[in-house]
Amino acid sequence: MKYELVAGFETHIELATKTKIFCGCTTRFGGEPNSHCCPVCIGLPGTLPKLNRQAVRYAIMAGLATHGEIAKISKMDRKNYCYPDLPKAYQISQLYAPLSIGGYVELSNGRKIRLHHIHIEEDAGKLIHRHGDTYVDYNRGGVPLIEIVSEPDIRSIDEAREYVEKLQQVMRYIGISDCKMQEGSMRCDVNISVRPEGTEKLGTRTEIKNMNSINNIARAMEYEFERQVDLIESGGKVVQETLRYDDATNTTSPMRSKEDAHDYRYFRDPDLVTINVSREEVEEIRASLPELPADKCRRYIDELGIPEKDAQLLTKYRKISEYFDAAREGVKSPKTVSNFIIGQIFRRTETESDKEVFDVSVTPEQLNELVKLLDSGKIRNNLAKSTLEKMLDSGKGALEFISESDMGGLDEETMITLCRQAIEENKKAVEDYRGGKEKALKALLGNVMKNSRGKADAAAAEAKLKEMIG
Amino acid sequence: MGSIEKIHEMLTTKQCSCAELTKSYLKEIEKSNGELNAYVNVTGDEALKTAAIVDEKIASGEQIGMLEGVPMTLKDNLSTKGIETTCCSKILKGYKPIYNATVWDILSKQNAVMLGKTNMDEFAMGSSCETSCFGGAANPFDTGHVSGGSSGGVASAVGANIAPYGLGSDTGGSIRQPASFCGIVGLKPTYGAVSRYGLIAYASSLDQIGPITKTVEDASIVFDAISKYDDRDSTSKGNVGGDTYSKLNNDIKGSKIGIAREYIDGVRDDVKNAVLNAAKVYESLGAEIVYFDLPALKFALPVYYIIACAEASSNLGRYDGIRYGYKTSHYNGTHDMICRTRSEGFGEEVKRRILLGTYVLSAGYYDAYYKKAQNLRGTIIKAFNNAFENCDIILAPTVPMTAFETGHAVSDPIETYLTDICTVPVNIAGLPGVSIPCGFNAKGMPIGMQLIGKSFNEATILNAAYKYQQAAPENFKDTKWGVKL
Repeated sequence: MKYELVAGFETHIELATKTKIFCGCTTRFGGEPNSHCCPVCIGLPGTLPKLNRQAVRYAIMAGLATHGEIAKISKMDRKNYCYPDLPKAYQISQLYAPLSIGGYVELSNGRKIRLHHIHIEEDAGKLIHRHGDTYVDYNRGGVPLIEIVSEPDIRSIDEAREYVEKLQQVMRYIGISDCKMQEGSMRCDVNISVRPEGTEKLGTRTEIKNMNSINNIARAMEYEFERQVDLIESGGKVVQETLRYDDATNTTSPMRSKEDAHDYRYFRDPDLVTINVSREEVEEIRASLPELPADKCRRYIDELGIPEKDAQLLTKYRKISEYFDAAREGVKSPKTVSNFIIGQIFRRTETESDKEVFDVSVTPEQLNELVKLLDSGKIRNNLAKSTLEKMLDSGKGALEFISESDMGGLDEETMITLCRQAIEENKKAVEDYRGGKEKALKALLGNVMKNSRGKADAAAAEAKLKEMIG
Repeated sequence: MGSIEKIHEMLTTKQCSCAELTKSYLKEIEKSNGELNAYVNVTGDEALKTAAIVDEKIASGEQIGMLEGVPMTLKDNLSTKGIETTCCSKILKGYKPIYNATVWDILSKQNAVMLGKTNMDEFAMGSSCETSCFGGAANPFDTGHVSGGSSGGVASAVGANIAPYGLGSDTGGSIRQPASFCGIVGLKPTYGAVSRYGLIAYASSLDQIGPITKTVEDASIVFDAISKYDDRDSTSKGNVGGDTYSKLNNDIKGSKIGIAREYIDGVRDDVKNAVLNAAKVYESLGAEIVYFDLPALKFALPVYYIIACAEASSNLGRYDGIRYGYKTSHYNGTHDMICRTRSEGFGEEVKRRILLGTYVLSAGYYDAYYKKAQNLRGTIIKAFNNAFENCDIILAPTVPMTAFETGHAVSDPIETYLTDICTVPVNIAGLPGVSIPCGFNAKGMPIGMQLIGKSFNEATILNAAYKYQQAAPENFKDTKWGVKL
C-alpha cells in the first residue's frame, strides 16, 4: 500500500524588537549569561509585565503578510508549566484569543498551506549543562516570539521545505525577524502522520520538537514518515507522543521530562489588559508593508519580462530586489540589469547569507550608469561585462575604466582594417571556415574583438568577416 | 485631627525632632512586640537615617510634606529594596528584593520613616494572621484574640500605636477585616487606583494595596499619596476620582445609603445591631437609608475562592528554590529539589490553596469551575452596578463577627473561609470599600462596618466615613499600648 504524508507546522519566530516583550531589556543575541535581565524578565516576586507594543505591531505585520485576519480584541494567557528556564513557572502566551486568525502560505505548486492562527508569546531562558551541573541563562527569557500554527496541509517533504523557506522569506522581507534557524530565532515543531493514499481520515500524529535547520526538518520527517509506515505495515499503531530528533544518528526518540505533564492550565493573564487593535491601525500597517516577494516576483515576470527562474532569484532576498529596483531605474532593458546581477554579482556573493546581506562593492547607481552607457550604444556588451568585473574589484564607477575613445564605437574603416588583420593572422582558420567549419569563424571574431578592445559590435564584425572571406 | 496631621504639626512646630519621635516608636516596639508580634522585621537603623534627613530639612527651614518624617510600616509582601521581604513564608526567608514596590518608591521619596515590616498570613492567605511562619499577631484590645488577616501585623501595630499608619493589601478583605478586628480604619481602594508593582501577588485580579490607619483623615491622606498612575502596572489607572482629603466633611444630606438584606441576614446580632445603629446615625445626619436585595451575593464566596486560588496556584509557581529564597538542603536532581523545596517551604494553608487552584484550572474542570466563576463574577459586577442606581453608598458589616480567639481559625479552615462573606464581593467587583469601627461587643471587642462605593468613588465613602467618625467618636477607641501623641 502507498502512504501519504500529512504534516502541520508550529513555527516559532523571534521578533526583531529592540527590547523584550514585557520589559526594557535588550533582545541582543548572546552576551554574558544573565546580563540582559531585570526583575521583570527573571520573574522576581511582585514584578508585572508591560506589553511591548512594537511586538504587537510586528505580529500584526506577520499576520497581514500571511493573509490572516487581525483580531480586534486579543488577550494574553498564562501557560503554566514548571521548568528551570521559565522563571515565573508560566509562559505568557495566547490561547483563547490570538492576534491573527487564519491566512495561508502559497507554494510554487499552487497549493495553499492554511494557517490556523498566529499568536505572540515570550521566549524562555536556556539551560547550560557543564561539569555535571546545570546553569540557567535568562538572557533569552522574555524575547518576543510569534508562533505560526499551520493546518495539517503539507503533503510532502518538498512542500515542508518550501513552506519553511517561504515563511522565512516573507518574515525577513517585512523585517520582523532575521529568522536564523542556527541561532534559534526560527524554530519548528512538526506534527506528522501518515495515511493510506486516497483516504481522508487523519492518522495518529507525533510531534517532532525544536528543529533548527531545514535539512534536519527534511531528514527527521523522512525518518519519521518511514518509521510510522513501517509500524503500521507491521501491524503496530502509532502512539501520539512528542519526539526529539537526533541529527547525529538521524533518528527520533520520545522526549521525557518537560513534556510529561501536558496540562498547561491555561487561563487569562490577569496582569495584562486586553489588546485592542483598531481597524485604522490594521490598515495603516497594511499600507506600510513592503511589496511581498510573491507579488514582486509575479510583477517582474509580467511587467519586466524577467524569466521566472531569474525573478525568483531576484526576489529571494529583499536586499537583492531593492538593489535590482534601484539599478534598473530608467534603463531600457531590466533584463540586462538582472543578467549582470545574476551572472556576475552573484559570483561575488556566493553563500545564502552573503546574498541575504547583499553587501556589494558596486552601488546600484554605479550599475545603473553602466547599463545606461550600454543602452545608449556608447559601449558594447562585452566591454560592459569586463568593466563590471573591474568595478566589482575596485568599487569604482564605470567611467574610471572606459575612456572617451572607448565610447565612440568603431568606424567602418577601422573595422575593415581590424578584420583584414585578423584574416592575415589566422590563415588556418580562414581555410577551415572556407572548408565548411562554421566554428572557425569564432577565432577570427575573437581576434577582432580583442584588437578593438571590446569596442567592436560582435554581430557587425561577424557580418563583415563573412563578407570578406565568404 | 488624625495622627498624621498631629505628627506633622509636632515636627513643623518643633515640639519634637523626627529622631526623637522615631526613637520613641522604636522603644515602644521593643517593649510590646514580644507580646503583639506585629513586626517581623524592625528596621531601626534605616528609620533613624531617614529621620536625620528630615530633621536636617526642618533645621534648615525647608518645608516638609505631610507624610515626611511620619513613621509607618509596610506589610511584608511589599517589596523593599535591600530589606528582607518574606510574605511571612519560610520559602522567601532571606529574600531581599533588588527593587522597590511602587508604593514604597512614592513614600520613601517623601521621606516616610519605615519602622519595619509587619506580620501577615503566609502569602496573604488567611483571616487571622496565624498562617504566618512567624506565628500570628495579637489583637491590641485583647491579646488572646487574633488581629485578623491577612494584614494582621499592620492592624495590630496601628491599633497598638506602634505605627501611626501602615500599608496592607486586600485580596478578599485583608485590609478591612483586620482593621475591623482591631477597631481602626482600613481602606481597600478601587482595583487600579494603586499600583500593584512590587506587591508580591496572591491573586492578581483581586489584590489591591491600601492604608490601615487610626482615623479617616489619615486614610485619606495616605490614599491620596499612593494612588498614582504607574506605567509598570498595566492595570493601573491612578486616582481617577481625584483628591479625597479636600472633600472630607462635605455634607451628606440627601445621600442615599443602601443596605442589602443579604449582608445583614446571618451576621451575629451584636454586629447587626451596631451596623443598624450606624444607619440611624446617618439618618440623623440627613442621609436616606434604602433597603434592597442583592441575591448575587450568594455566589461571592465560591467565586472568590475559585478565582483567588486559581491565580495563586500560578503566581506561586515561581518559588522553586533556584533563584532566591529557601532551598531544601538534600535533593536528587532538579525535579526533586523543586518538590522538596516547595513541600518544606510552603505552609498548610498555602498548599491547600495551590492545590485547589490547580484543580479548578485543570483540563476537564476548567469549564465547570474557573470559567463558571468568571461568568458569575460578571453577574456580581452587574448586580452592584444595578444597586448603585438606587444608592450612592452601600453600608454593610465588615465581618459577621468580632475577632476570633487565638487558634480558632486554624482549627476550622472552612468556617474561617465563610467569615470572608462580607468583604470578598468588593474585591470581585473591583470596588472601593472602607472599614471603620462602629461599636463593641459585650466583651469589649471592636465591631467594624464597611462603606462600599462606586468605582473610583473613594472620596464619597471616605467623606461618609469621616462624617460618622465625627458623629460617633466613642467608637474610635484607643488601646493601652504604644506611643501617646
